Amino acid sequence: MEVVQSQRKSSSNNVIVSILPLYRSAPPLEVRLEDFEFFAIDRLRVLKGLSDGLCRGKKPEEMEKLVLDLWKANMRHPQAVEEVNKDIISHFVLRLVYCRTEELRKWFLSMETTLFRHRFRWGSSEAQRALMSEFKLPYKAVSNAEFESLKDKLGQVARSMGQTLAAADAIFYKVPFEEVPDLVAGRRVFIHKGHAYVAINQVVSLVVTQFRSYLSKALILTNRKWTSTIREQEKDRLTPIVEALCTSYLGPDYSQQQEFGEISIKDIDQVAKTSFPLCMRHLFEKVKEDHHLKHGGRMQLGLFLKGVGLKLDDALAFWKAEFAPKVSAERFDKEYAYNIRHNYGREGKRTDYTPYSCQKIISVTPGIGDHHGCPYRHFSEENLRAALVRMGVSSRAVEDVMDKVHNRHYQLACTLTFEAVHGSSCDAGINHPNQYFIDSQRVLQSKNGSVA
Amino acid sequence: MTKEQADNGRDDMVIDGPGQANAVPDEFNANYLRIYYGKLFPHADMFKWMSYGNDGKHPGCDKSYFGRREFSFTLENDIYIRFQSFNSVTELENSIKEKCPFKIDIGPVYSVDPAKRHAYAQSGDNVFTPVERELVFDIDISDYDDVRYCCTGADVCLECWPLMTIAIKVIDTSLRDDFGFNHILWVYSGRRGVHCWVCDGKARRLTNEQRAAIADYFYVYKGNENSHKKISLPGLVLYPFLARSYTEVLKGFFEAKLLPNQNLLASEERYEKILEMIPDASVASELRRRWQENKRASMSKDDINIVRWEQLKSILQSGKQKMQGLRRCVEEIVFSYTYPRLDMEVSKHMNHLLKAPFCVHPKTGRVCVPIDPNNCDEFDPTTVPTLSQLLEELNRGGPRQDAENEWDRTSLGESVTIFRTSFLQPLLKSCKEEIENSYNAKLQQSKNALSWSHVSLKVLLNRTETDLSISSTHSSETLYEVVLMYTY
Repeated sequence: MEVVQSQRKSSSNNVIVSILPLYRSAPPLEVRLEDFEFFAIDRLRVLKGLSDGLCRGKKPEEMEKLVLDLWKANMRHPQAVEEVNKDIISHFVLRLVYCRTEELRKWFLSMETTLFRHRFRWGSSEAQRALMSEFKLPYKAVSNAEFESLKDKLGQVARSMGQTLAAADAIFYKVPFEEVPDLVAGRRVFIHKGHAYVAINQVVSLVVTQFRSYLSKALILTNRKWTSTIREQEKDRLTPIVEALCTSYLGPDYSQQQEFGEISIKDIDQVAKTSFPLCMRHLFEKVKEDHHLKHGGRMQLGLFLKGVGLKLDDALAFWKAEFAPKVSAERFDKEYAYNIRHNYGREGKRTDYTPYSCQKIISVTPGIGDHHGCPYRHFSEENLRAALVRMGVSSRAVEDVMDKVHNRHYQLACTLTFEAVHGSSCDAGINHPNQYFIDSQRVLQSKNGSVA
Repeated sequence: MTKEQADNGRDDMVIDGPGQANAVPDEFNANYLRIYYGKLFPHADMFKWMSYGNDGKHPGCDKSYFGRREFSFTLENDIYIRFQSFNSVTELENSIKEKCPFKIDIGPVYSVDPAKRHAYAQSGDNVFTPVERELVFDIDISDYDDVRYCCTGADVCLECWPLMTIAIKVIDTSLRDDFGFNHILWVYSGRRGVHCWVCDGKARRLTNEQRAAIADYFYVYKGNENSHKKISLPGLVLYPFLARSYTEVLKGFFEAKLLPNQNLLASEERYEKILEMIPDASVASELRRRWQENKRASMSKDDINIVRWEQLKSILQSGKQKMQGLRRCVEEIVFSYTYPRLDMEVSKHMNHLLKAPFCVHPKTGRVCVPIDPNNCDEFDPTTVPTLSQLLEELNRGGPRQDAENEWDRTSLGESVTIFRTSFLQPLLKSCKEEIENSYNAKLQQSKNALSWSHVSLKVLLNRTETDLSISSTHSSETLYEVVLMYTY
């Protein structure tokens, strides 16, 4: 039995082995009890490492290397069969662990899909084609005749992306556009009358979408079974293992205020100057300047303030006072108060909303009149430099920050800003505006012995 | 007829002469609205639309379909009620007439009747969830305030309205030619924008992710006041959809209409905004210098904007320009002024509520009438029928013989006709076909029920299909088997 390299198919005995399992079937296996838990933990290390990499804005090539390293470090086994079995077993166990809430499912789905995407790309093109047929994708290659008639448009699409239509790309697949949403969103495929014409090298998107959709449904089914049957039945065996596996792998969500207890309105102005990250500073300044913020801004800043420790009554008083020049008290109560109460979980379905993480804020696109989103992403260079200078960042540090911005590493840019403003390092990197706030307060407190 | 009688809004407003007696004071109020809902609002047509063919006798019809649609009403005094649902056209009509909502919103079709959602929410996640919803778009002219100087905010006039017209043309063409959709309804929003409802079955069943992908496909505009470069069109050529939109719609409109009508290059304040978009400072300075010199000189009889635009184009598009960013600069300027600006959040989520056609806008009194995309150039928002105008027309008509089709006697008749002929009838025809085909296909399929996964499961566990419980006496089974049994 040869050592598994991802490009080669391994020879094996009768067990069904495809290098990249689709997790739809499970061969009959014997698993030791300890392996059950250990395998899952090893896989979790891979997924968690992936998650960290994404948060830090690693470039695609860096991510490829990261996934490879993580996989080698945690999931490799000299025997191909053992590796595949560990792969499958660990996946199914983690399905049980991560099926139980919407948030967990989303995370697991996202990480497994990313993992799958990278592993698929490692494969040779025959391996890829084989996988495609396993998915039973009913899409045929485009006939030569149709290709000729569309060649101009296909070439136009390629050139609009800065590529050319090489002879090798003459193989195209015709699929309904909804099967390749990310290609459509990026205008990277030619679409006509509802069909997308996908180049062979874009096929990854096709396959990954299928994988994702299958896993998404499977997770929901698993959750149903878990809640209805397994959890109770397995409370002495499986359940404790599963519940232990899940804790503290997602990072704190700042929905409860932590060591700093409450912040009152009179404190906000001061802490805004010293401890708010740029995104929130900008929103804060704008609300003071314009006496208004659009919905996206109110959500982003409002939830942040909640995480910082602003109580509901103070929040209502804050917004009301800031809006007062433009909005009468009556109108405020009618049009804005409800939403603020909703954010604190006092209305509607009473969800206590969590403040937005950097990932979420970066992904948002502010429109006209909006001031939310991540300034490192959306500000023009000029405005960003000016804002950083106003925050007290030295001109050398501004250059470092701008360098990160140009490479689209927005969270690293924010981290550097933090370090420049506070004069101390932030090893963990900034993943969440409330984390920025807490870390900032911590640094200031240790300097002054009080909340600055 | 005295003013009192007119304000009463009683149904039997008989008049004995023409002239001021017909006049209805120009307000939007609940009484007028009551008459509107009583006589003019096309309840039956809305019902037929929302049923998508499921109101017939065909065995393939889903009788629960209409009842699973959410409506929401905004009543007088801003009272807002969600999750309204109805099981028949009569229930819909009666509720509207009784509650007289100032605004009616249409939400998605849920997995179960929204009225029963609480009963279902407990038994596991996602049991009460949207299952179908039209693909919708919302374009609001106040999002264009930075490129129109004739109006701001909620105002609209015939100078700036054409921005909406070209938005319709660009999006409508793409929805049909690129995405293959056929059943598209465009509606005037009543004040300052348009809504688009894509009603093909395929569109209604799109997931949030797919909707987001379509919205992103249309997304070009990137700006807000914090960034100068609002549109970026990289690449050697434009993507086909963008190229087509530019050559067929945007370029012509910009050069012939928007540029001269809004005087985009006539004054320093305005031309600076365009010069700012040119990444090469020396080119911008050159143009600035020329235009500052020419300020007072009376030039040719051509419009100054057009002359300056030609100068700008000739510098930017001349072979001498090697700089990357200048290659598409002219197009970028045209796009940033004219390309459609969609509200992305509206389109991305299935549960987003959108105002129903044929509502009356409380601030303007205008009816949200359909716009025929093939004739959208002719649409004039300033002549859309208002509530008071319609009531006046009703009065003028004299006593009615039949209570049906009152709208034919008013300006609303034309809108209802457009709605029916260019949208509803083709849609319903297609829906009936779809229901029939799907029904026939299901009959075929019901033979292949057993999935292969059950077979594997049997092999794995060496048990019968029905015996899926674990008993603690089977000590040989491993936890792994248990996991598999429940997870796949």
